[in-house]
Amino acid sequence: MAAIYNLYIINKSGGLILYKDYGSAGRMDTNDSLRVASLWHSMHAISQQLSPVLGCAGIDLLEADNFDLHCFQSLTGTKFFVVCEPGTLHMENLLKYMYELYADYVLKNPFYEMEMPIRCELFEISLSQAIQKDRVALLGR
Amino acid sequence: MQFFGGSDISPSPPAPTAPGNNAHMIYVFNRNGVCLLYKEWNRPLHTLNAQQDHKLMFGLLFSLKSLTAKMDPTSAEKGNLGVPQLPGQGCSFHSFRTNTYKLSFMETPSGIKIILVTHPKTGDLRDFLKYIYNLYVEYVVKNPLYTPGTPVSCELFNTALDQYVRSIA
Repeated sequence: MAAIYNLYIINKSGGLILYKDYGSAGRMDTNDSLRVASLWHSMHAISQQLSPVLGCAGIDLLEADNFDLHCFQSLTGTKFFVVCEPGTLHMENLLKYMYELYADYVLKNPFYEMEMPIRCELFEISLSQAIQKDRVALLGR
Repeated sequence: MQFFGGSDISPSPPAPTAPGNNAHMIYVFNRNGVCLLYKEWNRPLHTLNAQQDHKLMFGLLFSLKSLTAKMDPTSAEKGNLGVPQLPGQGCSFHSFRTNTYKLSFMETPSGIKIILVTHPKTGDLRDFLKYIYNLYVEYVVKNPLYTPGTPVSCELFNTALDQYVRSIA
């Protein structure tokens, strides 16, 4: 199946709270991933300004030469985005599922501080399982 | 990216395959950020005045290109964010989609950027943008009265572009 290269979660102010790399050649160090996340946050906001019609909620999909970037923004402003191979299907379902996992393993964790980097082991385990398992399971959602 | 293959304006433009896509507006910028052409067909919402809108659009594209070059998962050696990329250097994006519009982008080796904003359900418009670039070359660049780097005011170009973009819809 088509590959997911990496995924990011950013909080409502644009700060990076999770960055996971699943085998891209261009793995970034912490500083770069922080910069890239903030840059994406700003681009997402600017794209709403340039909309020709009312009601724009920001970029959902960015298609580049070597990758696609799918973004999901929750109602609270938390953004989940994933970098994958061009043409990968069902990324929206994956992002929504990721949001569910986030709500269950991170937000319901009493030791987690809001808007801070995620350090919840169970979350990362279930995330890796979701990424690796067959797409068919995600289709049913 | 094939720029040196088809140097003639015809053969016939690619047949429009996406039904019901109405173009909202088009921007053409040169490598210095000068807006050579801005045309709108359907834009109910104007957030900013024209000057700021052009600058914002150019800035957005510049930053997105920088972002995609840095985020490219297939290349290990990348420059730093914010370093201006040469046309064709590094991974560049060709479109992005929001819930209300789709923006298709093409940059030529000479730094001419063509942006077309359409309905979100539009398909891949790269061939259409190449055809528009050919129109630009034929009607604008080859026009002896046109000064490069200034906004385009060639009547024939505007008519041909208008006709072509309406035919996509």
